Amino acid sequence: MPPAALAFHIGDGMKNLIEIKGVKHAYKTDDGPLPVLDGLEITVPEGGFVAVVGPSGCGKSTLTRLIAGLMKPDAGEVWLHGERVKGPRSTVGMAFQNPVLLEWRTILKNVLLPLEIVPTKLSKAQADERARFLLALVGLEGFEDKRPSELSGGMRQRASLCRALIHQPDVLILDEPFGALDAFTREDLWQTMHRVKEREPFTGVLITHDLRESIFLADQVVVLSGRPARTQYVLDVPSKGPRTLDDLYTQDAVDQLAILRHQIQIAQGRAAPEDAPQDASA
Amino acid sequence: MSAQKYLRAIAVPLIAVIVFLGFWEWLVWVNGWPKFKMAAPSDLPPAYQRHWGLFLSMGWQTLWRTVVGLLLAVIFGTLLGMIMGFSRTMRDALYPLLVGFNAIPKATVVPIVALMFVGQHDFNTVLLAFMISFFPIAVSVSIGLSTLEPEYRDILRSLGASQATIFWKIALPKTLPEFFGALKVAVTLAFIGTNLMEIVSPHGRGLGALFDSGRTNSDFPLMFAVLIALAFLGIVLYYIVVALEKFFAGWAERAPS
Repeated sequence: MPPAALAFHIGDGMKNLIEIKGVKHAYKTDDGPLPVLDGLEITVPEGGFVAVVGPSGCGKSTLTRLIAGLMKPDAGEVWLHGERVKGPRSTVGMAFQNPVLLEWRTILKNVLLPLEIVPTKLSKAQADERARFLLALVGLEGFEDKRPSELSGGMRQRASLCRALIHQPDVLILDEPFGALDAFTREDLWQTMHRVKEREPFTGVLITHDLRESIFLADQVVVLSGRPARTQYVLDVPSKGPRTLDDLYTQDAVDQLAILRHQIQIAQGRAAPEDAPQDASA
Repeated sequence: MSAQKYLRAIAVPLIAVIVFLGFWEWLVWVNGWPKFKMAAPSDLPPAYQRHWGLFLSMGWQTLWRTVVGLLLAVIFGTLLGMIMGFSRTMRDALYPLLVGFNAIPKATVVPIVALMFVGQHDFNTVLLAFMISFFPIAVSVSIGLSTLEPEYRDILRSLGASQATIFWKIALPKTLPEFFGALKVAVTLAFIGTNLMEIVSPHGRGLGALFDSGRTNSDFPLMFAVLIALAFLGIVLYYIVVALEKFFAGWAERAPS
């Protein structure tokens, strides 16, 4: 490969870790093709954390499967690290709303699962140590040898998060991981996420239905339009150091939520774009 | 506390059995039934004593043919279940055939098999034990595999794992509880299949044949002795499966909370 091309690729990739360019996708149904994504544009810089919100059924989960390389888009391109995604790659970690822990394994063995697939330089002892470190980081110290059935829903989700991180993925894909938890557990996990990101930096895509969650965790919120989804609005959430739950009750947060709520209503077809979103904050 | 629990676990079922045997003995005694009409529990030990050698050799015949038939059912049923679990087309194609096959009462198959492979008593018996018991295994494995939540697959697939890896690491272990549930049903069915063939086919061997010879002689003590021997073997086989289940799929049992 000529050096110039190489430099271009590396330079390109360092800036934006995830690039989704004009992605279109339709599912085949008995009533003909059902378009879910239509001209999606999302870029996530290295170390960035993007939340994707939108009306239900607008193709958010399809988006995660595209980034993970589990399916190919009909048109458009998905790039990770300056390389076009053509299939699954081991540099991705995933967590879903359903923690999908393997009931016959201990929590520790569940966390270690990806290392049985992905080639790793870690020795058995080092891998164990890393898994224990991650479990301690999310507050699951002492639960390493328990079975998933002995843990609460929130704890299982924490373990699932550790499993998604064990192989040090470039990209962490979170598909509504906190959606099935009660409000207090969810807020607990939001704070855990910030703690984790500090110690284990990752580039993240978070699919969520919760606008408060999106502005608390992400530094950019992408609003998708109703089906077929395209990028309708992008909100930057300026970060001023580590966030606390109190930040959700500041005027800034109230304004951001008002804008997002309005955008969601537009996406749902219940509000017109010309209703000024700025007024909503007043 | 634990001694009391132990007592309960052993004493209560034991007393129930004794009460049952007492009632049976009383029923025969009060009606004055002769031995060619009905046997009492007290008639059984002499029957075992008289035919002990036969019970051992015939019991062994029944046991090994049931186990071989069941093993074949496990292998074939699992393979069939995998084919149906992974391929929708195969599931659509095979399901009606299987259901139709299973709906045929196996007692009607016995004379056909006995005639087709006349004289090959071992083969016939194993075949029937197999035919009657593979269905629940195939169905449970196919349902276990086809209902695997897609997220389980995605977790490994997104890391680039092959289909075979996903099968060994997730699909297979996740199906084990259903598989053992079906195996408990299958073990009883295989036993029925063996006995059907043993009773019906002429010059048969095994406990079924022993039962048949008791029947031709109106030897009720022998017939009841065979029934109880059959029950004993059935219980042993069943608990072997339970022990295997505890070992391989014990994780599915939730701790009492």
